[in-house]
Amino acid sequence: MAILECRDLSKRFGNTPALNGINLSVEPGRIVGLLGPNGSGKTTLIKLANGLLTPSEGQILIDGAAPGKQTRSEVSYLPDRTCLPTWMTAARLLDFYGDFYADFRRDAAEQMLEHLNIPQKQTIKQMSKGTREKVQLILVMSRAARLYLLDEPIGGVDPATRDYILNTIISNYNPDAAVVISTHLISDVEKVLDDVIFINQGQVALQSSVDQIREEKGMSVDALFREVFKC
Amino acid sequence: MEWGFNADAPIYSQLIDQIKQGIIAGAFPPGERLPSVREMATEAGVNPNTMQRALAELERDGLVYSQRTAGRYVTEDQTMIESVKKTLAETQVQAFLDAMSRLGFKKGEILELVRRDTAREED
Repeated sequence: MAILECRDLSKRFGNTPALNGINLSVEPGRIVGLLGPNGSGKTTLIKLANGLLTPSEGQILIDGAAPGKQTRSEVSYLPDRTCLPTWMTAARLLDFYGDFYADFRRDAAEQMLEHLNIPQKQTIKQMSKGTREKVQLILVMSRAARLYLLDEPIGGVDPATRDYILNTIISNYNPDAAVVISTHLISDVEKVLDDVIFINQGQVALQSSVDQIREEKGMSVDALFREVFKC
Repeated sequence: MEWGFNADAPIYSQLIDQIKQGIIAGAFPPGERLPSVREMATEAGVNPNTMQRALAELERDGLVYSQRTAGRYVTEDQTMIESVKKTLAETQVQAFLDAMSRLGFKKGEILELVRRDTAREED
């Protein structure tokens, strides 16, 4: 069964449509790129999957169920902005996450903090913007979830850290879990993805596998994106 | 082993070529066990399913084989490795000849240039 499914999903903010009749499904074991220009509806879709927004029409299902208490234990979410309590130290945050999520793997989180030279005693307030983003991603990736929803995970970090993050996604690969990555840094993530979903003005413009695009169009996903969304 | 990818060809086919080169150049010696799919995917920085697809194709060609529980091994068949080496060499030569002809060189001129260059290296 699909781990994430949208059926005729629409979301309006007042009179402004953000998503308009989205149909898609993401199967377990896939790493999927949610790609689209600014304002295309990527973040809205991810927030709907988390139950932070409710659909205006249609359905969004996580492992067959509407987003709620149950699905939150299966979904690990990286928001598009950091929202960590700034007075906490990294170590304290690990406690916090451990208390909240039964699937939190503290040893994995500690190992990643060490790899990225982030001292556990440091408070979030003392950290740079990039370091905060790294900490947040570490927390999210340290859960053994069924669905990871990563909203712009690599936007704010340097290229070396970007590689580390993408490698973390690959080495944590689990055939029973799916990863959805929203980004516009396509050339960086392309090799890591199974499938891509192009979303434009609240609608799915294309859903295909990376190698199918390369095989059929003879161009990278990055190049295709530039062609499709040419300004 | 260094992995690198260009923008227009499918990633799995580029992986196949690079693993073949690794086998020929000895990075993956004949008869040796290959690292796990996940290890190879992490090292190459690619999607594990794509790596799996590349290895499955190499297995179909007989260049690697599976031992039910012990993992994947490189073939010990030297003749097969030699023939893959020859095919890859022919592809390289063809690409070189195409590039030279785009520069306007005739076959004879190309041969002369190559001969001069290899002679100089031998001095």
